[in-house]
Amino acid sequence: MTVVDHALAGARPADERASVVERLHDWVITVDHKRLGVMYIASGLIFFVVAGLEATMMRIQLAVPNNTFLSPQVFNRLFTMHGTTMVFLVGMPIIIGMANYLIPLMIGARDLAFPRLNAFGFWMFFFGALLLYFSVLGGDGLYGAGSMPDVGWFAYAPLTASAFSRGNATDYWIVGLLVGGVGSIATAANLITTVFCMRCPGMTFARLPMFVWLLLVVCFQILLVMPPLTAAQVMLLFDRFLGAHFFDTQAGGSAVLWQHFFWIFGHPEVYVLILPGFACASEIIPVFSRKPIFGYAIMVAATLSIGFISLGVWAHHMFTIGMSPMGNTFFVLSTMLIAVPTGIKIFNWLGTMWGGKIRFATPMLFCTGFLFQFLCAGLTGVMLAVAPFDWQLSDSYFVVAHFHYVLIGGLLFTIFAAIYYWFPKVTGRLLNERLGKCHFWVFALGFNLTFGPQHVAGILGMPRRIYTYQAGRGFELWNGLSSFGVLFQIAGMLFLVWNIVSTLRSGPPAGDDPWDAWTLEWATTSPPPPYNFEEIPVVRSRRPLWDLKHPEDPDWKYE
Amino acid sequence: MTGQGQDADRSLSVDQWTLPSRGRVGMACMILTESALFTIFVVAYLYYIGKSLTGPYPRDVLDLPVVATIALLSSSITITLAVRALRGGQIGTFNLWWLLTILLGGFFLGATAVEWDGLIYRHHLTIWTNLFGTTYYTLVGFHAGHVTVGLLLLGLTLWFSLRGAVQRAHAERVEVLSWYWHFVDAVWVVVFTTVYVIGR
Repeated sequence: MTVVDHALAGARPADERASVVERLHDWVITVDHKRLGVMYIASGLIFFVVAGLEATMMRIQLAVPNNTFLSPQVFNRLFTMHGTTMVFLVGMPIIIGMANYLIPLMIGARDLAFPRLNAFGFWMFFFGALLLYFSVLGGDGLYGAGSMPDVGWFAYAPLTASAFSRGNATDYWIVGLLVGGVGSIATAANLITTVFCMRCPGMTFARLPMFVWLLLVVCFQILLVMPPLTAAQVMLLFDRFLGAHFFDTQAGGSAVLWQHFFWIFGHPEVYVLILPGFACASEIIPVFSRKPIFGYAIMVAATLSIGFISLGVWAHHMFTIGMSPMGNTFFVLSTMLIAVPTGIKIFNWLGTMWGGKIRFATPMLFCTGFLFQFLCAGLTGVMLAVAPFDWQLSDSYFVVAHFHYVLIGGLLFTIFAAIYYWFPKVTGRLLNERLGKCHFWVFALGFNLTFGPQHVAGILGMPRRIYTYQAGRGFELWNGLSSFGVLFQIAGMLFLVWNIVSTLRSGPPAGDDPWDAWTLEWATTSPPPPYNFEEIPVVRSRRPLWDLKHPEDPDWKYE
Repeated sequence: MTGQGQDADRSLSVDQWTLPSRGRVGMACMILTESALFTIFVVAYLYYIGKSLTGPYPRDVLDLPVVATIALLSSSITITLAVRALRGGQIGTFNLWWLLTILLGGFFLGATAVEWDGLIYRHHLTIWTNLFGTTYYTLVGFHAGHVTVGLLLLGLTLWFSLRGAVQRAHAERVEVLSWYWHFVDAVWVVVFTTVYVIGR
């Protein structure tokens, strides 16, 4: 197999090194789903560093009361850019990148359904991201030296009205996200078409890997919820440039309508981000427990119900605007309802681990940490779903703690797990286990130290988005701990960077299937050749590689 | 994946393995996401009905665009006939129906232009006059934009066809394009109901 691969791998012999410009050119013009996947993930990680530095600056400012490290104006810009960057330029590209890389491999295809559309999607994302950050230079337009948007990541009206948001900073926010959103929609449509039309023989929907199922639901969510944001942003652009009145309360427009439109996008977006986390956990936990996933059909059903219910929960972000009792009740109940399928998933992962031969390699450590931390996030989520509780704690640090437990404790931990798990497939080299374990423990300590105390600060009454606080209100200890934890998070990240750099230089070769896994991506070489599979595989069960390795006891006899 | 049993299984399932066409699924995704987009504009229109603080109001200035609507809806029929002709290999008939579709779509767009001209110059209604103007020009304009894109694609296809590049084998691609045109027509039914029936 490998001999043939090397013969086919390209016309250029290995010893003739291409110049940097040639190699860069190859990457820029590529339509290969694996390269685009890597480009998505690499850009996501770069923006992760940027948004992490923004958060670090805010934590320095809040470490002690009455601090003057940042001005209030800069603080506003930083939390806006931190939130926007983490959601749109870190979360989205990393999950789309993983889907891009893995879905064709997992369903036994050679590329996405529309490879050029795929490249289009990436470059739309990339230039949208550049537009957003160009606001640093061009934000103030003719008014001054330049600034970033400062309207919060959800850009509530009337803050965004041209009277209150001078210059072009908000316009860069609008246009950057609008362009990136078009890219996301294109790629989601592409991935759905791939799953429907490119499956290898035998890969029925009932045999799709859980990762593919979850990402399929995510793509449908993107198709349905990205356009509302796009439409609302078009309206906002019309307000700002053409003098329209959509969100202009002085002409009868409604600021609340923006909130509805934003959260119709914004809340499903949270599920767009976290479901891929579930997807990684659903692949990794079975492999390291040496058992097939517990309750495959129920997991799929739970995913579909999460996807469906998530479209009807958005106004739980808006309990404090004074909706009708009917509205409040509906959104309380729908929000609590979504905890049921999510709880089913947690129990199914536990059921997968139960009685398994668990191996706590780094990917499994991160997944285990994810289970605990995501449970905390879910519990505070159910608390915040209760409208009276939300009236008390809305816009407090309790909410900040809640969604960071979702997006870091949940999503980021599973992304780290995925990096350790699939890195050998992408690069052909195994990451160092010892450094990986240091990364896990130091980062988990730092994360909980940063965001655990914020629950308390929130309950004590500390509001979100304040640039400082007075001494003697009981916030000092919790904010001090919070900022102290950042040191550990940075140290944890340095372990990861060190691990990746040293592994790329001189890591041990991984082989095709280092984890003894069961899905099709492990059937090809590491890294996979441009055409993925020499021969399109034929699948007879949910674990094709198990069948291959255990011809005496294949899965298809029992499914 | 070796062994005789597996090989036998392979040939069996490869022969029986059929998948939907990429074009159809891709266009279905596009229509789904476009529907979500229009839903938001329609919701905004419905939400702001009767909320304008100043005139002109819809009942004063809007007339039912009956002829234009009939033209656009008929174009759904002509495009279906065109696709059917192409599937039967009758390129000439296809060209004729296709051209008629373009003319009907063009007539609709022209009628919209005339309507806007009257609204802007006679009734002095622009996008910044009041909430009616804001929502009306946005919703109707977005639909007209989709008609324009559709006409460009239809025109491109006609140009290809007149150069002899459209064959019977392309019937499926042309059909996928016709789905988009049907979608634009269906959206007009919603926009018509919203703007000219409910909103007046």
